[in-house]
Amino acid sequence: MSVREDFREILRLVRPSSRVLDVGCGEGDLLELLTREKQVDGRGLEIEAANVSTCLARGLAVVQGDADRDLDHFPTKAFDYAILSQTLQATRNPRHVLGELLRIADKAVVTFPNFGHWRVRLGLLIDGRMPETRALPEPWWSTPNIHLCTLADFNALCADLDLRVEACAALSAGKPARPIDPSRPMENMRAEAVLFFLSRRGEEASEPSPPRGDLFGG
Amino acid sequence: MSADGEALSVEENGGTYVFGADRPLVLESGANIALEVAYKTYGRLNADRSNAVLVCHALTGDQYAASPHPTTGKPGWWSHLIGPGKPLDPARYFIIATNSVGGCMGSSGPSSINPATGKAWGLTFPVITIADMVRAQAMLVEALGIDSLFAVIGGSMGGMQVLQWAADYPERLFSALCVASAARHTAQNIAFHEVGRQAIMADPDWRGGDYASLGVRPEKGLAVARMAAHITYLSEPALQRKFGRELQRDGRSWGFDADFQVESYLRHQGASFVDRFDANSYLYITRATDYFDLAETHGGVLANAFTKAREVRFCVLSFTSDWLYPTTESRHIVRALNAAGARASFVEIESDKGHDAFLLDEPVMDSAIRGFLASAATARGLA
Repeated sequence: MSVREDFREILRLVRPSSRVLDVGCGEGDLLELLTREKQVDGRGLEIEAANVSTCLARGLAVVQGDADRDLDHFPTKAFDYAILSQTLQATRNPRHVLGELLRIADKAVVTFPNFGHWRVRLGLLIDGRMPETRALPEPWWSTPNIHLCTLADFNALCADLDLRVEACAALSAGKPARPIDPSRPMENMRAEAVLFFLSRRGEEASEPSPPRGDLFGG
Repeated sequence: MSADGEALSVEENGGTYVFGADRPLVLESGANIALEVAYKTYGRLNADRSNAVLVCHALTGDQYAASPHPTTGKPGWWSHLIGPGKPLDPARYFIIATNSVGGCMGSSGPSSINPATGKAWGLTFPVITIADMVRAQAMLVEALGIDSLFAVIGGSMGGMQVLQWAADYPERLFSALCVASAARHTAQNIAFHEVGRQAIMADPDWRGGDYASLGVRPEKGLAVARMAAHITYLSEPALQRKFGRELQRDGRSWGFDADFQVESYLRHQGASFVDRFDANSYLYITRATDYFDLAETHGGVLANAFTKAREVRFCVLSFTSDWLYPTTESRHIVRALNAAGARASFVEIESDKGHDAFLLDEPVMDSAIRGFLASAATARGLA
């Protein structure tokens, strides 16, 4: 969960003055950044009361609630972007949550730790213990991550939900994001955490979105 | 300027606004009354008239939000939120607190004089609703020369008024803060109120509501009503912590004196309440909250009440141990606000003090209100 340079990537992706919902917004660091840098109309959803109080004191519009239950009450296409940063793996029903994100918003940005990373695989293979890595620092008995998945797993779920992967990047602490092809098995080994930029299929293609060079700084 | 104005070091004003016969309050029931609204203000209206905050009181509250109560001498019911350096700072905001219509502290109600007869209205006063209370507030706000309020704030019944403001006057509202409240009264809420009303009406001194002209008061009945209601304002853990099974004296009386401290406490609550409140007002105001169901008046869909309030900034607060207006009711409001596309914030504050927490020193509530108002003030361009 320590990999937070995904914020920088999200900041690049989001259009100025757009409507943004940050699901699992914590103490509102990303919302504040987006509000300040991109003048977005930002809303947050956060499960912990203490975090919500911090957000309110910072002047952010945040609702205490649960991604599993409370997304259902938002109207369709109420936002330009829904952001789920390092939260999907902590939800009870990730498939439902992902579907809801792309009902509520035109675009979704989802980041999560990749359980297919070689360190994770090696930890389990060599030690026979649940892996503890930079991206997954907590022991199995205290982790909030109840639905971990690999890059390949998530890519398959996107296909299953008929979502379009507009862009994908590997994230690694302290390094710039690296655009990747999520279908390549090698990336599933190399990426410590990943960022997916998604939209619904069956709708007209993405707006003239920023060129890839802008997207991932490369 | 009142005597304590200097102590508060804020400009404190107020009075009773008497609307002429040409401007009656038209009620939801179809009746109309000559309107008087008693109010207090703190601070000064700025040149743009953009810094006005309306503070709405709970069931038995009044306009003395930050001033000593004239009967009890106790500090104002929200004096920990209103004052220099506090979230509602009179140096920054022009704060208005009214006595709700139906009340007994100077606004039109069953104990005020019916101009047509020269006698107290009693039960001839028409039944009023939350929407009627809000309409009277809107008339006062307009009469004070304010087109648009910076904020409407209230707890409990005051929170219902906040929601009604958002439904009825969204264009006259910049932000709305609803604390420990609900968008409707549940069967349980109505049931408790009915116990209170029956206690009043069972008092022989109630005299069919005509007690004022007969020179008596149904104090026993009103006290019992308050005792029953007071239990709903506290949580079981708070009562247990405060009183437990502690006795008043050594040993039991083997009779029906107030053996337990909690009995004595409730009796005191009841007895002191009758000094400052009117029994008929209690009937009318409890009835108004029982009739309240904001969804019902909007096609059965609560979100419909807020469709014109998308530009209003909302903050909804609830308390974990409030079983009178529990968090489920606040969530109901928040989901409707989200469904309507309004800008809503919501937090459930951890407290074991029950419904009354909104009147008590709750630092998390204070900081949430402070943060919400500060960001709204920035958006409104208030210095």
